[in-house]
Amino acid sequence: MAGLSFDLIALQLFAGLALGAIYVLFAIGLSLIFGMLTVVNFAHGAFYMVGAYAGIYILMLGGNFWICLIAVPLVVGLFGLAVERVLIRPLYGRGIDYPLLLTFGLSYVMVELVRIAFGKTGFPFDTPEVLQGAVNIGVGYFPLYRLFVIGATAAVLLALWLFLEKTSFGLIIRAGARDPQIVRVLGVNVTRVWLIVFGIGTAIAGFAGLLAAPLQGVSPEMGGTILAEAFVVTVVGGMGSIGGAVLAGLLVGVVVSMTSLFVPEMAKVSIFALMAVVLIIRPQGFFGRAGLMS
Amino acid sequence: MNEMTQPYPRAQALPVSWFEFATRHRASIASLVVLVFPLVMPFTALAANILIYGLYALGFNLVYGYLGLLSFGHAALFGTGAYFCGIAIVHFGLPWFAAIALGIAGGLVMAALIGVLAIRTRGIYFAMVTLALAQCVYYLFYQAVDWTGGENGLRGINVHVIDVLGIKLDFINPLTRYYVIAAFVIAAFFVLSRILASPFGAVIEAVRENETRAKASGYDVALTRLMTFVLSGGFCGLAGALQALHLSIVPIEILHYDTSGVVVMIALLGGMGTFFGPMIGAAAFLLLENLVSLWTVHWQLVVGAIFMICVLFFPAGIWGTLVSRGKR
Amino acid sequence: MTRKTIKSGSISRRRLLTTASAGAALAASPFSINLLRAQEATIKIGFPVPLTGPYGAEAQDQVRAAQVAVAQFNDGGGLNGRRAELLVRDDKLNPGEAATRTLELVEKEKVNFVVGSLSAAVQLAVNNVTKERGIIYNSISQSDAINEAADFSKYTFHEALNPHLTSGAVGRYAFPKFGKKVAFLTADYAYGHEMVRGFLEVGKAFNIENLGDVRHPIGTTDYSTLLPRLQALKPDILCICNFGRDQQISLKQATDFGVKKTTQIIAPLLTQASRVAAGPQAYDGVIGGSSFYWGLEDKFASTKAFNDAFRKMYDGKLPTDYGALGYGGVRTILAAVRNAGSVDTDKVIAAMEALKYDFYKGPQYYRKCDHQSVQSVLVIRSKSKELRNDSDVFEIISAEEPNEAGLRSCEELGHKA
Repeated sequence: MAGLSFDLIALQLFAGLALGAIYVLFAIGLSLIFGMLTVVNFAHGAFYMVGAYAGIYILMLGGNFWICLIAVPLVVGLFGLAVERVLIRPLYGRGIDYPLLLTFGLSYVMVELVRIAFGKTGFPFDTPEVLQGAVNIGVGYFPLYRLFVIGATAAVLLALWLFLEKTSFGLIIRAGARDPQIVRVLGVNVTRVWLIVFGIGTAIAGFAGLLAAPLQGVSPEMGGTILAEAFVVTVVGGMGSIGGAVLAGLLVGVVVSMTSLFVPEMAKVSIFALMAVVLIIRPQGFFGRAGLMS
Repeated sequence: MNEMTQPYPRAQALPVSWFEFATRHRASIASLVVLVFPLVMPFTALAANILIYGLYALGFNLVYGYLGLLSFGHAALFGTGAYFCGIAIVHFGLPWFAAIALGIAGGLVMAALIGVLAIRTRGIYFAMVTLALAQCVYYLFYQAVDWTGGENGLRGINVHVIDVLGIKLDFINPLTRYYVIAAFVIAAFFVLSRILASPFGAVIEAVRENETRAKASGYDVALTRLMTFVLSGGFCGLAGALQALHLSIVPIEILHYDTSGVVVMIALLGGMGTFFGPMIGAAAFLLLENLVSLWTVHWQLVVGAIFMICVLFFPAGIWGTLVSRGKR
Repeated sequence: MTRKTIKSGSISRRRLLTTASAGAALAASPFSINLLRAQEATIKIGFPVPLTGPYGAEAQDQVRAAQVAVAQFNDGGGLNGRRAELLVRDDKLNPGEAATRTLELVEKEKVNFVVGSLSAAVQLAVNNVTKERGIIYNSISQSDAINEAADFSKYTFHEALNPHLTSGAVGRYAFPKFGKKVAFLTADYAYGHEMVRGFLEVGKAFNIENLGDVRHPIGTTDYSTLLPRLQALKPDILCICNFGRDQQISLKQATDFGVKKTTQIIAPLLTQASRVAAGPQAYDGVIGGSSFYWGLEDKFASTKAFNDAFRKMYDGKLPTDYGALGYGGVRTILAAVRNAGSVDTDKVIAAMEALKYDFYKGPQYYRKCDHQSVQSVLVIRSKSKELRNDSDVFEIISAEEPNEAGLRSCEELGHKA
């Protein structure tokens, strides 16, 4: 292994953090939705992909990246609201599998609809000019845009934390995650809370897709791979725990990054192996609720 | 003539409802359908695929429909069966029946390995563990290029002649190949039917219905779960082996989670927890895929939409809905 | 006396008898036998390609161009009046599905020949099915394995380039020009390894220094963990050995990381579809190989003829690299059929082996031991200025003439002399 220096390892760590940031955003939505609704959203990757395409569409209409940052989560979130209301709500109470299965079919439909609307090949997504280029972070040159991604993720996390800790709606969400029955007994319209949580979760996923677009371009299949990886994150962090999702997301990003340094072919397997180990030893992950089952 | 000598009044319905009749003779009925099947399918290879996927779904159904555990890793069992059968023929030159036996064994062993690790978890976590473990199996087989061909798949599973008790059957002939596969599938029907009708079958359902009670009644729940999972592996392994022989190749995609997803869709489409459901689901799914592909490139849209409709309005699947209508 | 009325819609017995006997007479006549035979006997070519999936656009171009070949054959009189027909099937880029489709084509449709597909795994699957049933298969996309003795059969033909030849040609161009220190970014599957092997073979002659080969799983979307490592090696040349989305994303991110400032990036194969999907920025300055570019029409009359026929049939559009392979794959078979004067498999095989052709890119022929089409390799570079039209995305900077020396030897591939 030639050229292994402290600088390289530090740079690799930073790359891992940036990688982890996208995982974190994606996994937070998944975790929120599972924690509150007990729904495993198999279509989360599709929402992520729709976010990226919404960005493309807005750019086509003449907008710029900064408008996208605001418009995309709104658009995707609204779409998420509609999906919850029309497709998922009828399935509550039927067992934990049905919403999962529904979202599974939904992902096929969403991907194909995007293919019909935008074609199969995908599009390039240029990094906004202001964010192009690389900066010297001390240990080497690092793309400016990736620093932006880390920053944007931190901003979203802060906003989410403030929302959950400081607002009354956030209080309801936290209570509902702890014990939905009591919240209902207290007269809160839990169904409406679930609707909004689903909207927020999918909005964040769409935002993650938009952030990822300049990194890897946009294609109808882009949601598939990240979904599988995000399951690892949510499981390791604990389904239903935001803090867990953050920690696990960063951890997974760093694990992939470090494995790439030493045994790149194993990078993908390593996270699934990690997931299997966690599930067997401590199924609820870092901070998940123990005994969470059907 | 008075009332006393009137003949006994006719019953309104048949003495045995068609549903009960079907249940009692389920294996035979299924076998009959299987025998005439290729005559109504667009092409024989599709009919064979339906049988194979139907068997795969039958194995999956043991765990999901009868035991109530949603597994997202059944591709590992199906694929291991296929690879073991293929490797036996390509790398060891074993005869076809030994290869099939090895395929079944592969399914059983892989199910035991995954089962031992996964059975401790429940509900969603079970689905996630099986998914993760199946992905590990995928990478394992992918990397073992010398045995499996890696990304290029395992080629050369060329069986031209099946020697059965002295009779030589031409395996390249599509109908002959179909009936050989059908013979195995029919045997599997009978075995499965016996298992479900046996006391063990009742225990499986007991565990699904009320685990605590089953435990209280003295049944070893964990062991039941594991054994069911392993049995499921046997059926899926057989399906995989037949697939390898039918297509003469084993693609690496067989171990991918998409293949796990397909069997979930098939099981739901057909009707879980029923005997005929998986086969009907396989027929519906593959026929749909085949027909829709001819008409539009966007077959995934149609199949996905139909699947969602089933989840929303026909959760019992095609067969399940028919059965509940028939019961009324 | 009642007259028997003939109800509308019913046929009287007399009418039925007369029609039947007339029909029988007609059927027995030699005239009708020819009619029937001509109708049944279209020359059927099965064409499994991945119409759904990430390479749908390439596959559709293959279909379009193949239709041109069929149309040209039929318009030219076919085989003594027998027309050819293309039976297109979607293999969904899945070898299992491809095997099923091939079984359908061979067993139900009784095709005479098969041409396709677009991934190495799929080609090998189709090949396995066709060779066991004695059907000629002409494969139209890259694969090294299909030339090897284990998969090869006398029924197997390979119109497309293989990774060894393509990397070799690009290496022979780039190594003397850009420097000796070479690093590799490789997709961890058969195709990736084959590309690296090709580069290293050629590299021996130029004394290159192999700084390292960083492997990534296919489907990787983030190379940020791999690129710094490669940059730290300070290579003169970076060989990106992957395909499709992987190539598009890795080139994009390599650009982001500033790799191009210090290193020349080369890739064995640059496809039109990838260049269009990823955009000019990602591909700017990248040099790679290709089997075909429409711009060859400035050099070869055959290219111009093909382009014109394609433009005529498809509203002014130009064919892509994959399209040309679809055309070539079908046209060579039909040409062999015409030369052999029959669709008999052994006769057509002999005709194909004897074929010396120039259908769309200059002179080509099939090598006897592995039926690999010996052909030129283009070295191209992405273009972002002065684009003549929508398809003008590359410029040809060099072309390697057809030469068997660029291929692995027959012995190396396992073929007995």
